[in-house]
Parts: sequence; C-alpha cells; structure tokens
Amino acid sequence: MKAALAFLHKQAPGFLFEPNTGLIAAVLALLALVPLYAAVAGDPFALTLFTRIVIMALAAVSLNLIMGYGGMVSFGHAAYLGIGGYAVGILWKEGLGSGFLQWPVAIGASALFALVVGALSLRTRGVYFIMITLAFAQMVYYVAQGLDRYGGDDGLTIGNRSTFHGLVNLNDNTLFYYLCLVLLLASVYLVSRLVNSRFGLAIQGARSNERRMRAVGFPTFRYKLVSFVIAGALCGLAGALLANQTNFISPALMFWTRSGDLMVMVILGGLGSLFGPVIGTVTYLLLEEALSRVTEYSGLIIGPALLLVAIYLRGGIEGVFRKAAP
Amino acid sequence: MTGWLLQTEHLTKRFGGVTAADDINLELPRGEFHAVIGPNGAGKSTLIGLLAGEIAAEAGAIRFDGNDMTRLRADRRSRLGLARSFQITSLFAEFSALDNVALAVQAHAGHSFRFWKDARRDRTLREPARAALAGVGLEARADTRVDRLSHGEQRQLEIAIAIATGPRLLLLDEPMAGLGPEESARMQDMLRRLKSGMTILLVEHDMETVFALADRVTVLVYGRVIASGEPAAIRADPAVREAYLGEQEARGHG
Amino acid sequence: MRAGVGGSTSDILPQQTDEQFLRPIPYPSPPRALRAGGGKSSAVMLYFIEQSLNGVQLGMLLFLLAAGLTLIFGIMDLVNLAHGSLYMLGAYFAATFAAATGSFVLGAALALIATAVSGMALEVIAIRPLYGRPHLDHVLGTFGLILFFNELVRLVWGPAGMTLSLPSEMLTAVQIIPGVYYPLYRLVIILVTLAVAALLYILVMHTRLGMLIRAGASNREMVGALGVNIKLLYTLVFGLGAALAAFAGVMQAPILAVQIGMGENILILALVVIVIGGIGSIRGAFVAALIVGLIDTLGRAFLPPLLHAVLSTTAALTLAPALSSMSIYMLMAAILVVRPEGLFPAASR
Repeated sequence: MKAALAFLHKQAPGFLFEPNTGLIAAVLALLALVPLYAAVAGDPFALTLFTRIVIMALAAVSLNLIMGYGGMVSFGHAAYLGIGGYAVGILWKEGLGSGFLQWPVAIGASALFALVVGALSLRTRGVYFIMITLAFAQMVYYVAQGLDRYGGDDGLTIGNRSTFHGLVNLNDNTLFYYLCLVLLLASVYLVSRLVNSRFGLAIQGARSNERRMRAVGFPTFRYKLVSFVIAGALCGLAGALLANQTNFISPALMFWTRSGDLMVMVILGGLGSLFGPVIGTVTYLLLEEALSRVTEYSGLIIGPALLLVAIYLRGGIEGVFRKAAP
Repeated sequence: MTGWLLQTEHLTKRFGGVTAADDINLELPRGEFHAVIGPNGAGKSTLIGLLAGEIAAEAGAIRFDGNDMTRLRADRRSRLGLARSFQITSLFAEFSALDNVALAVQAHAGHSFRFWKDARRDRTLREPARAALAGVGLEARADTRVDRLSHGEQRQLEIAIAIATGPRLLLLDEPMAGLGPEESARMQDMLRRLKSGMTILLVEHDMETVFALADRVTVLVYGRVIASGEPAAIRADPAVREAYLGEQEARGHG
Repeated sequence: MRAGVGGSTSDILPQQTDEQFLRPIPYPSPPRALRAGGGKSSAVMLYFIEQSLNGVQLGMLLFLLAAGLTLIFGIMDLVNLAHGSLYMLGAYFAATFAAATGSFVLGAALALIATAVSGMALEVIAIRPLYGRPHLDHVLGTFGLILFFNELVRLVWGPAGMTLSLPSEMLTAVQIIPGVYYPLYRLVIILVTLAVAALLYILVMHTRLGMLIRAGASNREMVGALGVNIKLLYTLVFGLGAALAAFAGVMQAPILAVQIGMGENILILALVVIVIGGIGSIRGAFVAALIVGLIDTLGRAFLPPLLHAVLSTTAALTLAPALSSMSIYMLMAAILVVRPEGLFPAASR
C-alpha cells in the first residue's frame, strides 16, 4: 500500500495531500480488505454495502469535479446516475446484454444529457444554477416514471448483469466489487490529472474569479461545459454499475433527495479535495447503516449532524484532518 | 486612420436615467500614454468596462487597430491584445502569485483543452509568468498564496497579470487606489517603465502621477468629455479647473 | 427497501408523486366531447373553466409557500430547503389541534401560531449560524433539517399519517356559472389566499416592518445602523415565512392526506415558482405561482386528450403523464435561458 501511494504520488503531485496520507491509506486499506472480511466473517451483506459505497463514491468524485473544482453547484447530479442505470436496464430489456454496448451507451447518454443541461444552465448563476439543474433532473425523473415498458414508477428488475464475453464475470460479487474499486481509483486518478492540467486550472480559475478569467482571455463557458460533460459521463458509469449491482432500476434513482445525498457526500468529505468525496461517502453511508441498526429514527441524528457539518466543518472531514496534521 | 490603436466613436451607455458614457470620442495613437481623469461618478469605470467588453455599449463603436470590436466579448478582446487591471483588486485568491500570472499566460497560449499534463510544470507557462512577476518586482513572492499578499503587492500583481497577456493596449483602472506614499512611488516607477513599450490608457485619481506620466489627458464629467489634450493645456483649461481641479484644490485647502 | 437500490435518504423520505397531492378530490373525468377529440365545445369550455380554477387554487397554495421562501431568500439570502417541513408541520399541527378542539378553524389558527413559534425557534437555534455562509452550506444544513423533521414527525405522530376533516358546511359545491359546480372549499382557498396575498402586499409595501424588510433586503448594514435589531427582524421574517407555509399546509390538509414527506414535492414546486418569478420578488412569486399552477393543472387535464388526438393510444399513454409532469420544469428552463434572473429580477442582487 505504501509503495502504491508513493507511486501515485510521483505520478501526480497533488494527487495525495501530504498531511492526509494516513487517513487516505486507512480508507483505501479498509476498502481493499472488505471482501476478505466478508468471506472470513461470513457477512455477505458487508460486501453488498461496500459495493454500493464504492459506486456512490464514484458518483461523488464526479460531482466533486464540477462542484468542488469548478464551483458549479449541480443539484441534479442523480439524473446521470439514473440515465446510466436506465441505459443498462433498457438495453437488457431489448435483449442487448453485452457490457461492451451497455456501458458505453450509459456513459455516452449521460454525457449527451450533461451537454444539453450544461449548455442551457451554465448561462445562469448562483441559486438559479442550483435550481435549473434540479429542474432538469426532475424532468428525467418524470420521464422515467412515464416509461411503462421499463417499469414506470415501479421500476424494472434486470434479469442479469452485463456480460463481457468471458472477459470478466460480474456475477462474481467479489470480482464485481474489485472492478468497482478499480474504477473508483481510476476516476480519482483521472480527476487528479484533470485538475492539475491546463484544463483543470482553467475551470478552477473560473470558480475563483470568472470575471478576471474572461478579462485575461479565457472563454470560460466552454471549459465549464466540458467539465460538466466529463462529470456527467463519469456519473453515468456509476449509474451503470449501480444497476448492475442491484439488478434493478427505478425513478427513485434520480429523485431530488438522491442528488442532495450526493452533495452531502462531497461536502462532508471536503469540497475540491481529491479523496474527500470517497471519505465523505464512506462516512455518510456507513453512519447511515450503523444508525439504522441502532435506532429506527436515524434521521434524528443524521439531520442535525449535517447541520453541524454545515455550520462548523468548513472543508469537510478531509479538511479537518489536514488542519489537525502537523 | 489606421494610425490609431484605439478609437471610440459616439460611445454611449445609460444606466436607468444616468448617462454614464455620453457620446465619447477617443483616439489613442500607438505608444501613447493616455490618462482619463474626472471627479467621482464621471463614468471612468464605465468607460473601462465598455472598452474591456464587460459592459455592452448602447450606441457608438469601438475600433481596435482599425477593426470594429464593439460587439466582441471580453475574452475575445483580450486575445486581440487588450488587457486591463481592476480598480478593486480582482485576483484568483486561493492560488499562488505565480499561478495567477501563469493563468494569464495560459489564456494566450492556445486553447486549454489539455487534460493530462501538469500545467504547473509547464515551462512554456511558468517562465513567461516568472518574467512578468519579476517585471513588477514580485519574483520573491511567486509561491505565496495571493490572499496572503499585502495590498500593495496585490496591486502590483494586478499589473503583472495584465502584462502577462502580452497586450498591445493596457487599460489601467486606478492602479494607485489604496496605496501608501512609498508604494505609490514604486507603482509610478513601474508605470513609467511600462510606458516605453506599450500603449496605455490610465484612469487615475492621483493627479501627480497623471501629470507626471501622461502624454495626453482626457477629462470626463458626467459621462462627457469636457476637454482632451496635453497635460499643460489641460492644467490651464478653465472649464477643467472649474469642474475638476478646482474641486480638488478646494478639497486640498479645506 | 426497494431491492437495495434505495439506500440513503430515499428510505427515510417517502416518495410521493405529484399525482398524489395534486389529485385530492378525484378530477371529474374529461367530458366525452373532449375525449373524442372535438365535438361539443361548450362541454370542453366548462371543463376548461373548472380545471383553470383548480390551477388557480394550486397556484395560490404555491404562492403561500413561495412568498415565505422568497422573503427569506431576498432578505436573509438563505436557501431554505426545510421550508417544506414547516408546511408539513403546519398540517400535522392542524390535524392534531382540530381533533383536540373539535373545531377546524380553531385548530387551523392554533396550527399557524404553533408553526410560527416553531419556525422562530428553528431560526434562533439552527438557521442563524448559516447566515452569510455559502449557499452550499445552506443546502447541506437545511437538507439535514428535512431529514430531522421527517423523523421527528414519524416519532411523534407515527408513520401512518393523519386526516383533517372539513366542517360539513364546506363539503358542498356551489354553482359559479350556470352548469359549473365547484367545490366550495376550493373556492374558499382561492379567496382566503388572495386576501393573505393582499395583506402581505400591504405589510411589505405600507408598514414600518415592511419598510425594514425592504431596506434589509437591499442594505443590511444600513438597517443595522438605524438601530434596528436585525436579529429580531430576521427571526420575525422567518416566523412569518413559517406561518405562511403552515397556512398552505393547513389549507391543503383536508384535500390531501397529511403525511410524512408531503413537503418535499411541493417544496420543489415552490422553488420553481420563486426561480421563475425572480428570487426575492413577491410580485414575481405571485405571477409565477399562478403560471405554474395553471400550466401544471391544465397540462395534466388537457395534454392526454390532445396527445391522444394526434398520436396512437400507446404513444399517448406513455408520453402524456411524463410530458404533463415535466411541463413546468420545461417552462422554468425556457424562462431561465431567456431571462437568467427570472421574470422579475430583484434590483441590485
């Protein structure tokens, strides 16, 4: 693990925040060892839970790219989760079970939707942007509700996971988990390259001071739009994974509270930090799971906890560790 | 005609009932250091906004090097060679000073759809940026986060960013604002050095600087040009004395 | 839990569809003439009038919510997602107090007071630290409050939901024009809400409090400098917003089930309203609420038969519900593309 971290660090400076290497290593070790624990302790639910955590973390990483680095507060990010999921479900229903088709379609459809949403909504600012992204997500939600052939409001049970013609067998839950984990780490790496590239500096500049960016000659709109599309595509991949994990899709995938959950995961972990969304997702979903085992009324604790995070935890969990480190 | 780098013709802009720019005709030959002065609310910032492309003109035209750019967006104008500094410091606060300048270089180094290579290790961006920082005497502060720079340093960085875009025309919006005497003197020296290589339009309250540096001076009052000419002529112009300098003197003695 | 997809808050927040709260009293089925796609125009006209009134009624309720939201937004610059929770709280209080006192009106009045007080307490305890913070913090914090209130209501009132019965004299329909009978209670909603809107207008435009509210929206420091207790002003405004939300909840409660999560969908609609209207503008909220109410209701009523006339049955059946649900969001997107700050952009913000 140490060697791997050192390698990553050399590959992409800024990939790991120095003071937080310990925290990140701990989370990565936890994630890597889950299948082992599930096998030894005979607790297959742990694997199910963590597969969902890893997939949601991927979605949160994609949201962090635009929200944390680009300053675009998208309140409709769950739409891409749904579009990715429905791409898999619809193609399966039409007899096309190959992952080589399903996954690219999931990614492409999400990217295309992000292109349309971004092109229209990036003309607005602030709260208007938050609300218009929310509105577009609600539209997709209602479209999905109207898709009677694909289950309408009740959702669609998918008969089997994507097939990869003998290359990987997703029905092996452990293998599927590791595939999700690898995709998550790859996407964190991708984001780390992106945000340090010219493109990444351009979108961060636009977040920091858009007026100045224009004054020095950046056509900011197109860079923001492309980052919006990249984030949508990544989240579409997460949607395809989610549909595969549960073998089920429904409009609930993209209800607006799901978009809220994604925002919470990103903010909780720390906006604009590479591993923040991963840490935030692990924390949020584990906390939720743990509380639901202890009490029937977990919202009574999670709700005020989020409020306290909003009030006191600027920079999220990752930020706290960064500050606490010597 | 093509001798002018910048021309405005009948440039007009109203905000509600206020005419902030009223039929402004300006002509800047290449290499001129042109100052615009005027009392508060004269429309100096509006003029800069109109020229930089942040405010859309209602009527009139802006020509840059003979081409009409009245309808171009701010970023297009920047890429044509027009740079500006801001009256109220406008920087990328959470970036280092060098990053700030490097972004300005990057904006003029082709498109930024480059997704993989670390831009902070890109010498084609960092070296010109370092040179621009050195030009304003900030090389020692290159790696300091901008929000930790002093106000004076931030004002210098404003200029460095503008210069780093390699402009043909530099619009400076009150670069001396909020500077102490020592910093003012340093800024004035810097502007004098810039003067040799560039066409400059300076909006400034500091009369000493204006009359020390400007080749020509334009006086704005209520959005109108009331006088334009060489510093000595402006100084002597009775209308200017009444509308502007008189007020300054009165303030000075009061 | 739905086959494990659910997870997160979706398990906590029951997902109610628009259909459920928009369709309290079953709509009369469209006149045969309309279903056949033409024919008797008078029947279509009567149906249109009836549906338009339903649209106005929905618009009025949305206005009550949107007015509070937009006031809080305009004055405190606060995104309050928990506004829907106050709406829910109002409905629960009303159902409880009406049952206890045996009087609908008394129950409603007590519910308004109780919600306003709860709102003010909420403001002091939870909202105050969020002022002046990035909107993202508001979204996070008030999202947390939604979770909290849903669970609190489940803890106190149980998961089953409640009903609020109308006084029997309200359960009639009146003939508004020859041939058109309309439920009296819905008419009452429209009239009472119009009165509230008028009062609100007078309050904001012609009283000292209103003057402070308007001044506070444009210049915080100045109001503070006038020696006004700005904290108290904010608390009062929040309480007013809570009372308005509760009022909407109380009025809607007899038509709908009083249940957990009832605030979420209508909150989104109210947000759409204030965004279309221009954030901070009460007048904008009023106009936008009417537009949204009418388009949503008329879309649901007329899109299916219209589509049916143009398309095959299956295509119409698939498209119509989706299209009518989407209509207001498409409207909002279209308006924001043309006017990025809504129909009535508040000056200087």
